Amino acid sequence: MKQPRPMKTFVLQEQGPIELTHATISYFFPKVEASVKTHSSTPMEAPIRATEFLRFTLLSLLFFVCRSSPSHDLLISNAERRIDLTSHIVKVYLTLKVENAGSTPTSEILLAFPPTQVDHLATVEALVTKGKRKKTTLARLDVTPTELPDAPNGTKYFTIYLTNPLNSGESTTLEVLYLFTHSLEPFPAEIGQSESQLVYYRDSALILSPYHIKQQTTFLKTPSTKVESFTRVEPTNRAGTEMKYGPYEDRHPYTFSPILIHFENNSPFPVVEELVREVEISHWGNLQVTEQYTLVHGGARHKGVFSRVDYQSRPNMNGVSSLRYLLARLPPRVHSVYYRDEIGNISSSHLRTDSRKSELEIEPRYPLFGGWKATFVIGYGLPLQDFLFESSDDRRYLNFTFGCPLLDTVVDKLTVKVVLPEGSKDPSAVVPFTVEQHLETKYSYLDVVGRTVVVMEKKNLVPVHNSHFQVYYTFKPIFMLAEPLMLASAFFLFFVACVAYLHIDLSIRK
Amino acid sequence: MAAPESSAAAVPTLYTNNALRNAFGGVLAFFILLLIGVMAFSIRLFSVIKYESVIHEFDPYFNYRVTQFLAKNGIYEFWNWFDDRTWYPLGRVIGGTVYPGLTLTAGTIWWLLNSLNIPLSVETVCVFTAPIFSAFASWATYLLTKEVKGTGAGLTAAALLAMVPSYISRSVAGSYDNEAVAIFALIFTFYLYIKTLNTGSLFYATLNSIAYFYMVCSWGGYTFIINLIPMHVLLCIVTGRFSSRLYIAYAPLVVLGTLLAALVPVVGFNAVMTSEHFASFLVFIILHVVAFVYYIKGILTPKMFKVAVTLVVSVGLAVCCAVIAVLVALVASSPTKGWSGRSLSLLDPTYASKYIPIIASVSEHQPPTWPSYFMDINVLAFLVPAGIIACFSPLSDASSFVVLYIATSVYFSGVMVRLMLVFAPAACITSGIALSQAFDVFTRSIKFQLPGIASNTEVDAAETSSSTAEAQNDVVKAEKSEETSKNRPSKKSKKKEKEEKPLTKAKAEKKRLLALPLDSSVISLLLLILLGALYVVHCVWAAAEAYSAPSIVLTSRSHDGLHVFDDFREAYAWLRHNTDVDDKVASWWDYGYQTTAMANRTVIVDNNTWNNTHIATVGTAMSSPEKAAWEIFHSLDVKYVLVVFGGLVGYPSDDINKFLWMVRIGGGVFPHIKEPDYLRDGQYRIDSQATPTMLNCLMYKLSYYRFVETDGKAFDRVRQTEIGKKYFKLTHFEEVFTTHHWMVRIYKLKPPKNRIRGKTKKSKSKTSTTSSRAKRSGTGKKNPWN
Repeated sequence: MKQPRPMKTFVLQEQGPIELTHATISYFFPKVEASVKTHSSTPMEAPIRATEFLRFTLLSLLFFVCRSSPSHDLLISNAERRIDLTSHIVKVYLTLKVENAGSTPTSEILLAFPPTQVDHLATVEALVTKGKRKKTTLARLDVTPTELPDAPNGTKYFTIYLTNPLNSGESTTLEVLYLFTHSLEPFPAEIGQSESQLVYYRDSALILSPYHIKQQTTFLKTPSTKVESFTRVEPTNRAGTEMKYGPYEDRHPYTFSPILIHFENNSPFPVVEELVREVEISHWGNLQVTEQYTLVHGGARHKGVFSRVDYQSRPNMNGVSSLRYLLARLPPRVHSVYYRDEIGNISSSHLRTDSRKSELEIEPRYPLFGGWKATFVIGYGLPLQDFLFESSDDRRYLNFTFGCPLLDTVVDKLTVKVVLPEGSKDPSAVVPFTVEQHLETKYSYLDVVGRTVVVMEKKNLVPVHNSHFQVYYTFKPIFMLAEPLMLASAFFLFFVACVAYLHIDLSIRK
Repeated sequence: MAAPESSAAAVPTLYTNNALRNAFGGVLAFFILLLIGVMAFSIRLFSVIKYESVIHEFDPYFNYRVTQFLAKNGIYEFWNWFDDRTWYPLGRVIGGTVYPGLTLTAGTIWWLLNSLNIPLSVETVCVFTAPIFSAFASWATYLLTKEVKGTGAGLTAAALLAMVPSYISRSVAGSYDNEAVAIFALIFTFYLYIKTLNTGSLFYATLNSIAYFYMVCSWGGYTFIINLIPMHVLLCIVTGRFSSRLYIAYAPLVVLGTLLAALVPVVGFNAVMTSEHFASFLVFIILHVVAFVYYIKGILTPKMFKVAVTLVVSVGLAVCCAVIAVLVALVASSPTKGWSGRSLSLLDPTYASKYIPIIASVSEHQPPTWPSYFMDINVLAFLVPAGIIACFSPLSDASSFVVLYIATSVYFSGVMVRLMLVFAPAACITSGIALSQAFDVFTRSIKFQLPGIASNTEVDAAETSSSTAEAQNDVVKAEKSEETSKNRPSKKSKKKEKEEKPLTKAKAEKKRLLALPLDSSVISLLLLILLGALYVVHCVWAAAEAYSAPSIVLTSRSHDGLHVFDDFREAYAWLRHNTDVDDKVASWWDYGYQTTAMANRTVIVDNNTWNNTHIATVGTAMSSPEKAAWEIFHSLDVKYVLVVFGGLVGYPSDDINKFLWMVRIGGGVFPHIKEPDYLRDGQYRIDSQATPTMLNCLMYKLSYYRFVETDGKAFDRVRQTEIGKKYFKLTHFEEVFTTHHWMVRIYKLKPPKNRIRGKTKKSKSKTSTTSSRAKRSGTGKKNPWN
């Protein structure tokens, strides 16, 4: 622990907010953390030293130099942020009261994110409250990522478009929800079977914003009361599972104050590294869905021994963060469900169906510890009439959910393939968020020209993405008869050939 | 059936009636055959219905893996495939050491289906190859038996074969092994041989060579064909049945067949070099000598012939003696007399247990017990003698072949359980003949007794198909010289029928005298049907209960429903996903094929037991104390050791039960491993009476590590005893994975100690390990070893 010392002193000098230039700030605290890791000799001692050190280190407030922002005549009179850290998907609920202090009406409000967070940002949603005190309704607003030319330190922006422009002097309240994946870093990164899983969460005590914020508070909710350490940015309170940062008054735009919380999170981190969903439409009345999963436990890596006897006899103390089972929510009236992998059926699954939904509880072949992988396939059939409709312009469309049916999982990469019946034309997909799209051709049972496949790809998905999408196409029912007719004629020709053979005498000499 | 009123009157009406009858019988036979095929296929699907569509057991996994490779990389890559995933660090040339028939067949089916845009997976094709080929095999049986004793016997034999338990045991859906296609190839080769023998057609002789080639591709059991057919030829020559048809049936087979067989990489020059093929060449020479003698006899006067014989015999004997002496010297110079170990153990059943423990250790190479005959062929065991008698009345070339076939296969099945499979078709054919003849006799006597039908003797004679077949055989014998050109299949049969008529009439007269009393024949018929019903019930039971288990997934029925033990795949899936791609896994050779196929990890030894020393090395490691074992495994670059342990759930075929074979095989190469060290007074035990060598060997430790913590007593449910040494720790291995029911346990070799720091830190590390151990196991303090 020799090297980090000077850094500590350096940090201690900066008790108050000090303006720094670009280059010096950038992102130095992950580096500090990295150096701690390399110097910790034994893993047991490491977390203690690290937290001790980081507590001092990260008591710094960093200022971003504020440059002229396109709409800095807006200001936020009150901001409240609630960060939910209970699962491995970090949910942030942000309530902003935006006031137009300028003279011109504006309808665009910017949200700013540090670049490291943007990579893990799965979704941003904004709602606006309408109406008076009693009858408030929420309306969804458009949010699009925006590039600004003079963003300090690579800050990324999202623009919220208000339906009604905000006139000068007026104010409105926005509810913003955004989710982060892969934002809880396990520390120690490797744990044994009987240890519990501790994670770091990094954020800023102050909301990063291009606007002046008059008053702001941040609440953090941890899954248990066991918090190893957390950065104090006074006033900071901790009660039970909740931590409160603030209220902070009158902060300038782009104020950043890194905080680090080290706490216990024993929930498993199911991460689907790759998911390929294939939806095959058969106009004979069936919709066949095949989902190929590559599942990994994204938590602290398992280290050393796996002892079955400990795992079985003391399940509360051993492998608490292991992934024992998963729940998939499937549409109702699902039939012929299978759950297998490349070496055969996996017998540990249960299907519960009722009229509104079907739940498939699946256990991987072995409990997944941190870093362990498993691959499997889930397949099921669905009645076509529940999902296929005719639109007004005589086209057909499939209405199906986009995301992963497993509850509470993060999907790193999702590919949805919609296999249209042979002979369908002009496919077009309507998805509520941006996806990469292209067309493929697939040859299935007795196909001649092949089936058109609409392929949609998206990265970094959370359960919020389980919304419906539509694929429109035109299809003539006569094509349904092509394959039966083909088979019938093949058999017919075969019999004709047999008859012909029996009636021909090919012998040379009679 | 439409009985004609004026059958005795005009010949044309009789002719049309018979033609109609024949056509009707043909269609009926066709549909019966179709149903037999469907039955043969569907009776083997119990495993898919009760379990799942999955490859079974051990060897099928290897074949499946090879087929996957073939489907992915194509045929040329397949021939050149050097597999570095197995027999580490030696590897194995798969293309040159595998019988490619099965994989090529399944690969072709897969390719064909895919080119028709039927996207079945390779696994599905592999699973269903065996049932499809059993349908083919039953059709081949029909053809073979039809050549011997007519359509009726053929259909009966086909039906019997479709569900004979012995064959089902090797060809249920998922049992993707060489035997699945080889039995079809075997029967079909025999059929073509008999067909050639009956017709003397070169066309069939060529087909016969090709069928033999397919058999060589498929299974090592082809040596049975290449020894049985020469034996039959020799038998025919000795009994004075030499004919040009025999020559055509045999000579092209040897020449073409041997050439084709040499094309298969795994056989290669063995087709001419090894003693297994020697008999065929000897008989080939004899056949030519005999043919030459017949030829000389034909062109010389009897007196001249005698002179020639004395001349030739005196010169020929001298030459023969010289040649035989050279051959004997050559053969005797090789240690195994030119025979492979497996063939030798067939000729001398005690050979394997004396010299090659690795062959003797395989359960399917053990001699069968009497109950296994009843289990595998059931009532056929009683019908076989009757069938043999039926073959002798009258004895034709074809029926003598069947007699020879059954006689040899009974012997072979008595030596190895596995060869029951070769015996089963023979038993089905003879039983089919017996049943059909019995039915024939009884139904005919009933018809003679019944007044209405008794007058139409001709019709009756024509209808009973077997008697016409016999008549055919008689005709064949009577007009031997002209027959070869005339005797053509089905299309020309109209002509033949006319010639047969007077003969059959006389025969029917004779048979009237042989008629049995009505009531006794009715009762006998009913009893025969009952016997058949018993057989069917047994076969269905055997297919459903006894032979359908895939053995990689086990089930047990308890009071609270079905319990599934899927531990093997749990362990293999774990290895596949959570170890490094190039890690080496050591286990006893039984699990080698499964590990490479399911876990995709490199193994040290596998079920292709080609290198005894390598297997002995693993056996030695397993029977050594921990440190010595660690050194052996470390030298082999092994990272994980896999053991199968059934003590917790009572799974009997685990590694502890196989352990004595590891000791024997290991001790065979490394003499410091001695079997008596592991036995207390000649008894193999693992309880407190066990020897210290046993209690300290790696296999014991890996199997029972922390076993005592499950129930406090460490009671082994397979051995029905408490284990001898309950508390011990592992110093060179660490447990990394144990499956849900403890059936597979995987250990990792600890990395070697750092030598430089080792001495200074020794005391420190010792204390730290003990403290961490105490922390890890809560019950540690109670244990006496702490």
